[in-house]
Amino acid sequence: MTPRFIAQIGLTLFVFVMLLNAAAVMVYFERKLAALLQQRLGPYRVGPKGLLQPIADIIKLMFKEELRPAAADRWLFALAPILSATAAFTAFAVVPFGAATTLFGLLDEPMLLQVADVNVAVLVLFAVTSMGVYGIVLAGWSSNSKYSLIGGLRSSAQMISYELSYALALASVLVLANSLSLTEIVNGQAGAWLGVVPRWHLFLQPVGFLIFMIAGVAETNRAPFDFPEAEQELVAGYHTEYSSMSFAMFFLAEYINMVTVSAVAADLFLGGWHGPFLPESLGWIWFLVKVGAILFFYVWMRWTLPRYRYDQLMSFGWKVLLPVAVVNLLVTAAGVLYFGL
Amino acid sequence: MLFYLFGAIAVAASLLVIAQPNPVYSVLLLIASFGALSGLYVLLDAPFVAAIQIIIYAGAIMVLFLFVVMLLHATKEEPEGVPAEAGSPLVLPARGAVRLGAWLAVALGIEFVWALASARESGDFAGGSVSSVSALGRLLFTEYAFAFEVTSILILVAMVGAVVLARREDPPDAGGAATEEGAR
Repeated sequence: MTPRFIAQIGLTLFVFVMLLNAAAVMVYFERKLAALLQQRLGPYRVGPKGLLQPIADIIKLMFKEELRPAAADRWLFALAPILSATAAFTAFAVVPFGAATTLFGLLDEPMLLQVADVNVAVLVLFAVTSMGVYGIVLAGWSSNSKYSLIGGLRSSAQMISYELSYALALASVLVLANSLSLTEIVNGQAGAWLGVVPRWHLFLQPVGFLIFMIAGVAETNRAPFDFPEAEQELVAGYHTEYSSMSFAMFFLAEYINMVTVSAVAADLFLGGWHGPFLPESLGWIWFLVKVGAILFFYVWMRWTLPRYRYDQLMSFGWKVLLPVAVVNLLVTAAGVLYFGL
Repeated sequence: MLFYLFGAIAVAASLLVIAQPNPVYSVLLLIASFGALSGLYVLLDAPFVAAIQIIIYAGAIMVLFLFVVMLLHATKEEPEGVPAEAGSPLVLPARGAVRLGAWLAVALGIEFVWALASARESGDFAGGSVSSVSALGRLLFTEYAFAFEVTSILILVAMVGAVVLARREDPPDAGGAATEEGAR
């Protein structure tokens, strides 16, 4: 039990708890922002300014009855939400969120603020995200209900289609950074050009960032691409038949996935924990600010844009986004070869 | 230690894939088997191959398998009526197929053991040399460039073939419904 081992376990637990908290905070944040954008008050009864609303929500969910349709497939019905939530938590394991630290001198060697430093982090991220699709497909199928089935098929088709553009946008960053490790990619963005413009990949890859964000929103099944939950046609999509904590797990997975996509976007395009004014050891503040900004963007978009039609989404993904992503990757590769960036 | 864990999961899951009456469970068990295999790749110091295994096989191909199985409403396979004519020569074709399969499996097993043994002798298990992605890429585009290009042409042919097979002769004014079907 070396101090390093303990620190690593502590870090893992910390990330786990913070992700749970992030989901709760995000729900509150989203409701308040929605209210602001629609000139309402939003939750304000539980606690000061409604701050305790997430806790009330969780207690309510816990005491709800767990229902399972008689015709559902018992094992898969139980497995699906677990798969979704596990994949969501695991994906964050490879995301670094701060510079290496010695925890105020407690450790001999600096430790990375990242649960698992894998040298193929980006690929692991994809592998785990693609496992999350199964949670949704199985939920849709095992519920034995037409709304669930269609919702599940839609969202998995959507996730599979947009994963391609997502991956290609990511690949152009990988070509720029010449590495598959997220930590190295972030460290490659330290400093500034001409002392003013930060060396973020955003400025080298504006198209890539745009594709990444659009595909990221579609990946997480959020508005304006929230077809799985198109209430008017599908009730609640793949989780129609779920109640109580198994519903909460899907809900949790959705919000954690949003946080993960935002964190990855911050790491890949916005320089991660690098920023002006703050010393390297306080870099995580910059990281939080960037993630918060992207999450705000998510909510802002949800209440601004109407939902697309399903076939529009599919043809946009395959006929516009994917070709643009391919061209972007080719141009990036040519640029790297020619200018030797 | 971990090797035996992953190996046991892979073997057990693969056996259950064919022992399962429910095809959806079979697909899921196959995914579990792929996961265990990818664990073995990590133990072999090949994280890239492990990640690719999950992304391509478990993540992409098996999702499509699952779609097909679900949408075709593949029901549980009933065990075929064995007891009535268990000994009669009428069931022999099926029996023969099972026996052929068993022999094939045994032959594959022997071949596998032989390949492992001979590879160990020739020292092909040097390992670690292709663990990095850049080394792998360099090898693919220099030493194995021809095989790589041939494989990509093969995949392209398969893709074109799939498109041709899946194409329907729609009237030119097919409306939104048809495009939606196509997009899926």
